[in-house]
Amino acid sequence: MKTDDLIAMLANDADAVAPQVWRQRYLMAMSAGLAGAVLLMLSLLGIRSDIAAAAQLPMFWVKLAFPAALATGALLAALRLSRPGIALGRVGTLLAAPVLAIWVLAGLALLRAPEDAAMLVWGETWAACLVNVPLLSVPAFIALFMVMKTLAPVRPVAAGAAAGLLAGSLAAIIYSLHCPELAAPFIGLWYPLGMLIPAAAGAAIGPRLLRW
Amino acid sequence: MNERETQLRDLLVRGLGGDASAYHVFLKDLSTHLRGFLRVRLARLPDDVEDLVQETLLAVHNQRHTYDLDQPLTAWIHAIARYKLVDLLRRRAGREMLNDPLDDELEVFAVSDHDAADARRDLGKLLEQLPERQRLPIVHMKLEGLSVAEAARATGMSEAAVKVGVHRGLKALAELIRSGHENG
Repeated sequence: MKTDDLIAMLANDADAVAPQVWRQRYLMAMSAGLAGAVLLMLSLLGIRSDIAAAAQLPMFWVKLAFPAALATGALLAALRLSRPGIALGRVGTLLAAPVLAIWVLAGLALLRAPEDAAMLVWGETWAACLVNVPLLSVPAFIALFMVMKTLAPVRPVAAGAAAGLLAGSLAAIIYSLHCPELAAPFIGLWYPLGMLIPAAAGAAIGPRLLRW
Repeated sequence: MNERETQLRDLLVRGLGGDASAYHVFLKDLSTHLRGFLRVRLARLPDDVEDLVQETLLAVHNQRHTYDLDQPLTAWIHAIARYKLVDLLRRRAGREMLNDPLDDELEVFAVSDHDAADARRDLGKLLEQLPERQRLPIVHMKLEGLSVAEAARATGMSEAAVKVGVHRGLKALAELIRSGHENG
Protein backbone atom coordinates (compact mmCIF):
# COMPACT_ATOMS: atom_id res chain seq x y z
CA MET A 1 0.00 0.00 0.00
CA LYS A 2 1.33 3.42 -0.89
CA THR A 3 1.59 6.03 1.82
CA ASP A 4 -0.89 8.26 0.01
CA ASP A 5 -3.40 5.43 -0.02
CA LEU A 6 -2.86 4.87 3.68
CA ILE A 7 -3.45 8.57 4.30
CA ALA A 8 -6.61 8.56 2.24
CA MET A 9 -7.73 5.51 4.15
CA LEU A 10 -7.08 7.09 7.54
CA ALA A 11 -8.62 10.41 6.58
CA ASN A 12 -11.68 8.82 5.09
CA ASP A 13 -13.73 8.79 8.21
CA ALA A 14 -12.33 11.26 10.65
CA ASP A 15 -14.94 10.99 13.34
CA ALA A 16 -14.90 13.81 15.85
CA VAL A 17 -12.82 12.94 18.90
CA ALA A 18 -13.86 14.04 22.37
CA PRO A 19 -11.23 16.27 23.99
CA GLN A 20 -9.31 15.11 27.06
CA VAL A 21 -10.87 11.66 27.18
CA TRP A 22 -8.17 10.56 29.61
CA ARG A 23 -9.70 12.53 32.49
CA GLN A 24 -12.97 10.68 32.38
CA ARG A 25 -11.27 7.34 31.83
CA TYR A 26 -9.01 7.77 34.85
CA LEU A 27 -11.93 8.93 36.96
CA MET A 28 -13.85 5.80 36.07
CA ALA A 29 -10.89 3.51 36.68
CA MET A 30 -10.20 5.11 40.05
CA SER A 31 -13.84 4.87 41.10
CA ALA A 32 -13.97 1.23 40.07
CA GLY A 33 -10.68 0.56 41.85
CA LEU A 34 -11.80 2.24 45.07
CA ALA A 35 -15.13 0.41 44.99
CA GLY A 36 -13.30 -2.86 44.46
CA ALA A 37 -10.94 -2.13 47.34
CA VAL A 38 -13.86 -1.31 49.65
CA LEU A 39 -15.63 -4.54 48.72
CA LEU A 40 -12.48 -6.57 49.25
CA MET A 41 -11.85 -4.96 52.60
CA LEU A 42 -15.43 -5.42 53.82
CA SER A 43 -15.50 -9.06 52.77
CA LEU A 44 -11.99 -10.03 53.90
CA LEU A 45 -10.91 -7.63 56.65
CA GLY A 46 -13.71 -5.46 57.94
CA ILE A 47 -13.50 -1.90 59.23
CA ARG A 48 -11.79 -1.43 62.58
CA SER A 49 -14.46 -1.68 65.26
CA ASP A 50 -13.31 1.41 67.13
CA ILE A 51 -13.33 3.64 64.09
CA ALA A 52 -15.53 6.29 65.72
CA ALA A 53 -13.07 6.64 68.58
CA ALA A 54 -10.08 6.47 66.28
CA ALA A 55 -11.49 9.27 64.13
CA GLN A 56 -11.06 11.58 67.12
CA LEU A 57 -7.28 11.15 66.89
CA PRO A 58 -5.26 13.38 64.57
CA MET A 59 -3.02 10.47 63.55
CA PHE A 60 -6.04 8.68 62.09
CA TRP A 61 -6.42 11.53 59.63
CA VAL A 62 -2.70 11.76 58.99
CA LYS A 63 -2.79 8.08 58.10
CA LEU A 64 -5.60 8.79 55.65
CA ALA A 65 -4.09 11.98 54.24
CA PHE A 66 -0.69 10.45 53.60
CA PRO A 67 -1.79 7.94 50.94
CA ALA A 68 -4.34 10.44 49.62
CA ALA A 69 -1.53 12.93 48.98
CA LEU A 70 0.54 10.24 47.30
CA ALA A 71 -2.47 9.27 45.18
CA THR A 72 -2.72 12.86 43.93
CA GLY A 73 0.90 12.86 42.84
CA ALA A 74 0.65 9.40 41.33
CA LEU A 75 -2.50 10.36 39.42
CA LEU A 76 -0.76 13.39 37.97
CA ALA A 77 2.22 11.23 37.00
CA ALA A 78 -0.03 8.60 35.40
CA LEU A 79 -2.02 11.21 33.48
CA ARG A 80 1.15 12.76 32.12
CA LEU A 81 2.90 9.51 31.34
CA SER A 82 -0.15 8.23 29.44
CA ARG A 83 0.24 10.70 26.60
CA PRO A 84 3.13 11.32 24.22
CA GLY A 85 5.20 14.45 24.66
CA ILE A 86 3.95 15.57 28.08
CA ALA A 87 6.74 16.39 30.51
CA LEU A 88 6.52 15.08 34.07
CA GLY A 89 7.23 18.50 35.51
CA ARG A 90 7.24 18.78 39.28
CA VAL A 91 5.56 15.46 39.93
CA GLY A 92 8.64 14.18 41.76
CA THR A 93 8.37 16.96 44.32
CA LEU A 94 4.66 16.31 44.72
CA LEU A 95 5.40 12.66 45.47
CA ALA A 96 8.35 13.35 47.76
CA ALA A 97 6.59 15.96 49.91
CA PRO A 98 4.15 13.65 51.74
CA VAL A 99 6.88 11.07 52.33
CA LEU A 100 9.19 13.71 53.81
CA ALA A 101 6.34 15.06 55.95
CA ILE A 102 5.54 11.65 57.43
CA TRP A 103 9.24 11.02 58.04
CA VAL A 104 9.49 14.28 59.97
CA LEU A 105 6.54 13.17 62.10
CA ALA A 106 8.16 9.76 62.50
CA GLY A 107 11.45 11.34 63.56
CA LEU A 108 9.67 13.48 66.15
CA ALA A 109 7.82 10.46 67.53
CA LEU A 110 11.05 8.50 67.84
CA LEU A 111 12.85 11.40 69.53
CA ARG A 112 10.05 11.78 72.02
CA ALA A 113 10.04 8.11 73.04
CA PRO A 114 13.28 6.45 71.94
CA GLU A 115 12.70 3.58 74.34
CA ASP A 116 9.56 2.64 72.37
CA ALA A 117 11.32 2.76 69.00
CA ALA A 118 10.85 -0.91 68.19
CA MET A 119 7.13 -0.73 68.94
CA LEU A 120 6.68 2.50 67.00
CA VAL A 121 8.41 1.13 63.92
CA TRP A 122 7.22 -2.48 63.86
CA GLY A 123 3.79 -2.03 65.38
CA GLU A 124 1.79 -5.22 65.57
CA THR A 125 0.58 -5.57 62.00
CA TRP A 126 3.46 -4.72 59.66
CA ALA A 127 3.16 -8.02 57.81
CA ALA A 128 -0.59 -7.54 57.35
CA CYS A 129 0.09 -4.08 55.90
CA LEU A 130 2.52 -5.52 53.36
CA VAL A 131 -0.03 -8.14 52.30
CA ASN A 132 -3.25 -6.16 52.46
CA VAL A 133 -2.23 -2.97 50.67
CA PRO A 134 -1.11 -4.88 47.55
CA LEU A 135 -4.16 -7.13 47.83
CA LEU A 136 -6.62 -4.22 47.97
CA SER A 137 -4.79 -2.55 45.09
CA VAL A 138 -5.61 -5.33 42.63
CA PRO A 139 -8.94 -3.92 41.33
CA ALA A 140 -7.50 -0.44 40.77
CA PHE A 141 -4.35 -1.93 39.27
CA ILE A 142 -6.34 -3.81 36.65
CA ALA A 143 -8.68 -0.89 35.91
CA LEU A 144 -5.82 1.60 35.61
CA PHE A 145 -3.80 -0.63 33.31
CA MET A 146 -6.85 -1.09 31.11
CA VAL A 147 -7.20 2.68 30.83
CA MET A 148 -3.51 3.25 30.24
CA LYS A 149 -3.65 0.64 27.50
CA THR A 150 -6.21 2.82 25.65
CA LEU A 151 -3.79 5.78 25.79
CA ALA A 152 -0.24 6.02 24.48
CA PRO A 153 2.51 5.88 27.10
CA VAL A 154 5.96 6.31 25.56
CA ARG A 155 7.81 5.45 28.78
CA PRO A 156 6.23 2.13 29.74
CA VAL A 157 8.35 1.41 32.83
CA ALA A 158 7.60 4.78 34.41
CA ALA A 159 3.98 4.67 33.26
CA GLY A 160 3.47 1.19 34.72
CA ALA A 161 5.10 2.28 37.98
CA ALA A 162 2.83 5.34 38.19
CA ALA A 163 -0.28 3.23 37.58
CA GLY A 164 0.89 0.73 40.22
CA LEU A 165 1.69 3.47 42.73
CA LEU A 166 -1.70 5.06 42.15
CA ALA A 167 -3.41 1.70 42.69
CA GLY A 168 -1.33 1.13 45.82
CA SER A 169 -2.05 4.54 47.32
CA LEU A 170 -5.79 4.19 46.65
CA ALA A 171 -5.64 0.81 48.35
CA ALA A 172 -3.77 2.31 51.31
CA ILE A 173 -6.49 4.95 51.76
CA ILE A 174 -9.05 2.18 52.13
CA TYR A 175 -6.77 -0.03 54.21
CA SER A 176 -6.23 2.81 56.69
CA LEU A 177 -9.89 2.37 57.69
CA HIS A 178 -9.05 -1.15 58.85
CA CYS A 179 -5.48 -0.74 60.06
CA PRO A 180 -5.17 -0.31 63.86
CA GLU A 181 -1.72 1.31 63.81
CA LEU A 182 -1.36 4.99 64.59
CA ALA A 183 2.39 5.55 64.99
CA ALA A 184 4.04 7.80 62.40
CA PRO A 185 7.16 5.60 62.12
CA PHE A 186 4.96 2.63 61.24
CA ILE A 187 3.00 4.61 58.65
CA GLY A 188 6.14 6.16 57.22
CA LEU A 189 7.77 2.78 56.68
CA TRP A 190 5.21 0.08 55.98
CA TYR A 191 2.65 2.07 54.04
CA PRO A 192 5.18 3.20 51.42
CA LEU A 193 6.59 -0.33 51.23
CA GLY A 194 3.09 -1.75 50.74
CA MET A 195 2.42 0.75 47.95
CA LEU A 196 5.77 0.11 46.33
CA ILE A 197 4.85 -3.53 45.71
CA PRO A 198 2.14 -2.71 43.13
CA ALA A 199 4.36 0.11 41.81
CA ALA A 200 7.20 -2.34 41.21
CA ALA A 201 4.81 -4.82 39.64
CA GLY A 202 3.55 -2.07 37.33
CA ALA A 203 7.09 -1.10 36.34
CA ALA A 204 7.89 -4.75 35.64
CA ILE A 205 4.91 -5.52 33.41
CA GLY A 206 4.53 -2.05 31.86
CA PRO A 207 6.87 -2.67 28.93
CA ARG A 208 5.03 -5.84 27.97
CA LEU A 209 1.45 -4.67 28.55
CA LEU A 210 1.59 -1.06 27.46
CA ARG A 211 3.10 -1.36 23.99
CA TRP A 212 1.31 0.28 21.12
CA MET B 1 5.54 27.95 17.78
CA ASN B 2 6.52 28.49 14.18
CA GLU B 3 4.13 29.14 11.34
CA ARG B 4 4.23 25.66 9.89
CA GLU B 5 3.39 24.16 13.23
CA THR B 6 0.54 26.61 13.74
CA GLN B 7 -0.91 25.64 10.36
CA LEU B 8 -0.57 21.94 11.01
CA ARG B 9 -2.04 22.23 14.45
CA ASP B 10 -5.00 24.12 13.08
CA LEU B 11 -5.60 21.36 10.53
CA LEU B 12 -5.38 18.68 13.20
CA VAL B 13 -7.75 20.52 15.52
CA ARG B 14 -10.29 20.77 12.71
CA GLY B 15 -9.73 17.11 11.95
CA LEU B 16 -10.33 16.16 15.57
CA GLY B 17 -13.56 18.11 15.32
CA GLY B 18 -14.69 15.88 12.46
CA ASP B 19 -13.45 17.81 9.41
CA ALA B 20 -12.21 14.97 7.19
CA SER B 21 -10.67 17.12 4.45
CA ALA B 22 -8.65 19.18 6.94
CA TYR B 23 -7.56 15.95 8.55
CA HIS B 24 -6.50 14.60 5.15
CA VAL B 25 -4.33 17.66 4.51
CA PHE B 26 -2.89 17.35 8.01
CA LEU B 27 -1.85 13.73 7.46
CA LYS B 28 -0.43 14.54 4.06
CA ASP B 29 1.69 17.42 5.37
CA LEU B 30 2.67 15.41 8.39
CA SER B 31 3.86 12.54 6.23
CA THR B 32 6.34 14.78 4.43
CA HIS B 33 7.73 16.05 7.73
CA LEU B 34 7.92 12.58 9.16
CA ARG B 35 9.70 11.35 6.06
CA GLY B 36 12.29 14.12 6.26
CA PHE B 37 12.71 13.64 9.99
CA LEU B 38 13.07 9.88 9.75
CA ARG B 39 15.24 9.85 6.65
CA VAL B 40 17.93 11.86 8.41
CA ARG B 41 17.81 9.57 11.41
CA LEU B 42 17.70 6.37 9.41
CA ALA B 43 20.49 7.26 7.02
CA ARG B 44 21.86 3.75 7.34
CA LEU B 45 18.49 2.08 6.97
CA PRO B 46 16.99 3.94 4.00
CA ASP B 47 14.73 1.05 3.11
CA ASP B 48 12.98 1.28 6.43
CA VAL B 49 12.03 4.94 6.14
CA GLU B 50 8.74 4.55 4.31
CA ASP B 51 7.63 1.66 6.51
CA LEU B 52 8.26 3.77 9.55
CA VAL B 53 6.47 6.77 8.04
CA GLN B 54 3.41 4.56 7.55
CA GLU B 55 3.67 3.01 10.97
CA THR B 56 3.95 6.44 12.59
CA LEU B 57 1.01 7.81 10.62
CA LEU B 58 -1.09 4.87 11.73
CA ALA B 59 0.00 5.45 15.33
CA VAL B 60 -0.83 9.16 15.12
CA HIS B 61 -4.26 8.26 13.80
CA ASN B 62 -4.93 5.53 16.37
CA GLN B 63 -3.74 7.71 19.24
CA ARG B 64 -5.19 11.02 18.10
CA HIS B 65 -7.42 11.12 21.18
CA THR B 66 -4.25 11.55 23.30
CA TYR B 67 -3.46 14.96 21.82
CA ASP B 68 -4.08 17.74 24.31
CA LEU B 69 -5.15 20.98 22.66
CA ASP B 70 -2.98 22.89 25.16
CA GLN B 71 0.09 20.96 24.10
CA PRO B 72 2.59 22.00 21.41
CA LEU B 73 1.98 19.78 18.39
CA THR B 74 5.72 19.31 17.91
CA ALA B 75 6.09 17.71 21.32
CA TRP B 76 3.28 15.24 20.66
CA ILE B 77 4.36 14.26 17.16
CA HIS B 78 8.00 14.08 18.15
CA ALA B 79 7.25 11.77 21.06
CA ILE B 80 5.23 9.42 18.83
CA ALA B 81 7.81 9.41 16.02
CA ARG B 82 10.61 8.91 18.52
CA TYR B 83 8.77 6.02 20.19
CA LYS B 84 8.34 4.27 16.84
CA LEU B 85 11.90 5.08 15.78
CA VAL B 86 13.48 3.79 18.97
CA ASP B 87 11.35 0.68 18.69
CA LEU B 88 12.70 0.07 15.19
CA LEU B 89 16.31 0.78 16.13
CA ARG B 90 16.09 -1.50 19.12
CA ARG B 91 14.94 -4.27 16.83
CA ARG B 92 17.61 -3.57 14.26
CA ALA B 93 20.92 -2.86 15.85
CA GLY B 94 20.65 -0.54 18.78
CA ARG B 95 21.02 3.10 19.38
CA GLU B 96 24.46 3.53 17.92
CA MET B 97 22.86 3.76 14.49
CA LEU B 98 21.39 7.10 15.39
CA ASN B 99 23.20 9.92 13.67
CA ASP B 100 21.63 12.60 15.77
CA PRO B 101 20.43 12.89 19.30
CA LEU B 102 16.69 12.36 19.39
CA ASP B 103 15.88 15.07 21.82
CA ASP B 104 15.72 18.04 19.53
CA GLU B 105 11.99 18.58 19.29
CA LEU B 106 12.19 21.53 16.99
CA GLU B 107 13.30 19.46 14.10
CA VAL B 108 10.17 17.51 13.31
CA PHE B 109 8.69 20.24 11.19
CA ALA B 110 11.99 21.72 10.08
CA VAL B 111 12.39 19.24 7.26
CA SER B 112 9.99 17.82 4.75
CA ASP B 113 10.38 15.22 2.08
CA HIS B 114 7.75 14.65 -0.57
CA ASP B 115 9.55 11.85 -2.26
CA ALA B 116 7.83 8.74 -0.99
CA ALA B 117 9.68 5.54 -1.70
CA ASP B 118 7.79 2.31 -1.84
CA ALA B 119 7.13 0.79 1.51
CA ARG B 120 8.66 -2.64 1.91
CA ARG B 121 5.89 -3.90 4.07
CA ASP B 122 2.54 -3.96 2.31
CA LEU B 123 -0.18 -2.80 4.65
CA GLY B 124 -2.68 -4.06 2.09
CA LYS B 125 -1.43 -7.57 2.67
CA LEU B 126 -1.58 -7.15 6.43
CA LEU B 127 -5.12 -5.88 6.05
CA GLU B 128 -6.07 -9.20 4.49
CA GLN B 129 -5.14 -10.96 7.71
CA LEU B 130 -7.75 -9.11 9.72
CA PRO B 131 -11.03 -10.84 10.54
CA GLU B 132 -13.90 -10.00 8.18
CA ARG B 133 -15.84 -7.87 10.62
CA GLN B 134 -12.84 -5.51 10.76
CA ARG B 135 -11.47 -5.93 7.25
CA LEU B 136 -14.72 -5.37 5.34
CA PRO B 137 -15.65 -2.07 7.00
CA ILE B 138 -12.10 -0.79 6.46
CA VAL B 139 -12.07 -1.83 2.82
CA HIS B 140 -15.48 -0.32 2.13
CA MET B 141 -15.12 2.86 4.10
CA LYS B 142 -11.49 3.68 4.12
CA LEU B 143 -10.40 2.37 0.77
CA GLU B 144 -13.50 2.67 -1.36
CA GLY B 145 -14.74 5.79 0.36
CA LEU B 146 -18.22 4.61 1.24
CA SER B 147 -20.07 6.29 4.06
CA VAL B 148 -20.88 4.43 7.26
CA ALA B 149 -24.44 3.83 6.05
CA GLU B 150 -23.28 2.57 2.66
CA ALA B 151 -20.64 0.34 4.19
CA ALA B 152 -23.24 -1.04 6.57
CA ARG B 153 -25.50 -1.88 3.64
CA ALA B 154 -22.68 -3.41 1.62
CA THR B 155 -21.53 -5.63 4.46
CA GLY B 156 -24.88 -6.37 6.05
CA MET B 157 -23.50 -5.12 9.36
CA SER B 158 -25.07 -2.50 11.60
CA GLU B 159 -23.67 1.03 11.42
CA ALA B 160 -22.37 0.74 14.95
CA ALA B 161 -20.63 -2.53 14.07
CA VAL B 162 -19.04 -0.88 11.02
CA LYS B 163 -17.61 1.93 13.16
CA VAL B 164 -16.35 -0.46 15.80
CA GLY B 165 -14.89 -2.66 13.08
CA VAL B 166 -12.91 0.19 11.54
CA HIS B 167 -11.66 1.37 14.92
CA ARG B 168 -10.61 -2.06 16.13
CA GLY B 169 -9.27 -2.98 12.71
CA LEU B 170 -6.85 -0.07 12.60
CA LYS B 171 -5.64 -0.92 16.10
CA ALA B 172 -5.26 -4.54 15.05
CA LEU B 173 -3.30 -3.41 12.00
CA ALA B 174 -0.82 -1.60 14.25
CA GLU B 175 -0.66 -4.76 16.33
CA LEU B 176 0.08 -6.87 13.23
CA ILE B 177 2.91 -4.54 12.26
CA ARG B 178 4.38 -4.98 15.70
CA SER B 179 4.10 -8.74 15.81
CA GLY B 180 5.60 -8.81 12.31
CA HIS B 181 8.62 -7.01 13.73
CA GLU B 182 8.97 -9.50 16.50
CA ASN B 183 8.87 -12.51 14.23
CA GLY B 184 10.92 -11.15 11.41
